Amino acid sequence: MSFPWAKNYKPSHPLMVYLDEKLPLPRLIYNAIGAGYPVPRNLNYAWNFGVLAGFCLVLQIVTGVILAMHYAANAGVAFDSVEHIMRDVNWGWMLRYAHANGASAFFVVVYIHIFRGFFYSSYKAPREMIWLLGVVIFLLMMATAFMGYVLPWGQMSFWGAKVITGLFSAIPLVGTPLQQWLLGGFAPDNAALNRFFSLHFLLPFVIAAVIIMHIWALHIPGSSNPTGVEIKTESDTVPFHPYYTAKDGFGLGVFLLLYCTVLFFFPNALGHPDNYIPANPLSTPAHIVPEWYFWPFYAILRAFTSDFLFIPAKLMGVLAMFSAILVWFFLPWLDTSPVRSGHYRPLFRKFYWILVLDTLVLGYCGGSPAETKYVLISQIAATYYFLHFLVILPLVSSIEKPQPLPYSITESVLGTDALTA
Amino acid sequence: MADLLKAEGTITAPTDSSHDGVRRRDFINIAAVSFAGVGGIAVLVPLISQMSASADVLAESSTEIDISAIASGQAIKAVWRKQPVFVRNLTPTEIAEADAVDPKTLRDPATLEERTKKGKTNWLITMGVCTHLGCVPLGAGPGEVKGEYGGYFCPCHGSVYDTAARIRKGPAPKNLEVPPYDFSSDTVVKIG
Repeated sequence: MSFPWAKNYKPSHPLMVYLDEKLPLPRLIYNAIGAGYPVPRNLNYAWNFGVLAGFCLVLQIVTGVILAMHYAANAGVAFDSVEHIMRDVNWGWMLRYAHANGASAFFVVVYIHIFRGFFYSSYKAPREMIWLLGVVIFLLMMATAFMGYVLPWGQMSFWGAKVITGLFSAIPLVGTPLQQWLLGGFAPDNAALNRFFSLHFLLPFVIAAVIIMHIWALHIPGSSNPTGVEIKTESDTVPFHPYYTAKDGFGLGVFLLLYCTVLFFFPNALGHPDNYIPANPLSTPAHIVPEWYFWPFYAILRAFTSDFLFIPAKLMGVLAMFSAILVWFFLPWLDTSPVRSGHYRPLFRKFYWILVLDTLVLGYCGGSPAETKYVLISQIAATYYFLHFLVILPLVSSIEKPQPLPYSITESVLGTDALTA
Repeated sequence: MADLLKAEGTITAPTDSSHDGVRRRDFINIAAVSFAGVGGIAVLVPLISQMSASADVLAESSTEIDISAIASGQAIKAVWRKQPVFVRNLTPTEIAEADAVDPKTLRDPATLEERTKKGKTNWLITMGVCTHLGCVPLGAGPGEVKGEYGGYFCPCHGSVYDTAARIRKGPAPKNLEVPPYDFSSDTVVKIG
């Protein structure tokens, strides 16, 4: 579906007319990201991050497919093959750093994309399906990133694989057999490395497929916007091209500047030196933490230190960690306020920023050693995290008095709207 | 921005204030897209270059062979760049056979002298790679068929080489390639 005033694709060149009859691919592109897709005229830079996330996926697939040409997924030679990429392959150092830091960039972009969604309640009707698919993409990304981190077969790779598959051993009765099934053995070894490589190669394409559905679902109601007021007339919109191709292009330029700065000047800043030590099944590194993008969830995992009712602490931590993401699936129904944008919700807005802070605190604790004070802070922050979604959000929605909304997007931009004037 | 917006809310491009037909935005547009285009092409360099031979492969691209044990009439197969190299100690008869041919009558004209080092005409060193489609011809190993010209015979598609490893019959277009090599001493050859 699109808006009735959306421009129609009219090929002028005979070849394009012919192509349009046989395979209307240019028409699809025109209607998806061209002049045929009307977009709210008031989108701010927070709306750049969807396109940036798509760019990151392409970046990861291109560099990843290339790395796979030189990498050997065998426990005996995997570590050496990564060093071979770094030292011998032409531009191999750059391609590997681009891929490793590309993962971090992808998560930075996606976290901003998600928190944009939180602030502007992008998950609310009629866009619930977009949101649900987005959470699925995020879960797939986490699985992909984790398995990719195992491939260099350094110390962090090995112990990451052991700890993360260990999460599944917390499940009652089937836990330990399940972990052994996942690993194809009692500890990470060749079988695990090979299946992780296979799945690490596969999942990005699954992500691409879910992204197509994510965008497909988006194009039914169209993009949301900073006012949260739905599009009423043509004057509320501009064509995606050239207005948002230009704006996204500018955002992409800024993103690339930051990304390249990290890539060329601080390529190891986000990694762990221990991963340049070959995997050793007999010695765990002193301070083992996942990559930064997992820290908030890792903090929640570690926050459970004693058995709760009849549930063992280990299982509780695992359940809480997965719940921290799964709770997002219920967001469209937990936030019952009819107003979408945080700009018009004074109380919600305060709690939103507390949640941002809370997540940062969780992230900081997750990256810190498992010492008493960090565990205590994690416990408080994790409790607040769940309170926010399960108690505060529904409560705020019912007691809050939202500020008056503009009549239309046009009015919010121009101060007046021909329809009301 | 507001002055660019009509009351109806449609957005118009900035006008041509200097009246020379070129808008400031045209310049920005061309400059930005060109810059992005050049950058995009530059990115292709590492993406393509990564597929060419890596440093460890290039490091293995010369090899030394001890030829002291090769008797007259014998040949060995050595390995250079993961490909076979034939090192053959020609007999005087084989040399005479090669020299008896008028090079002008050949598909890929060359004399034995041109294909060997001066004063060491008996040492025929060639790649063991048929110039047709890359099979290893027979004739260097003990007991192998040498073909009707007494040199090498490729069993894949029937190319026949003479005692100077020149193509005489069959589909191959060129003589067996002579790799770059030097005699480090009378008994050692360095290939590559």
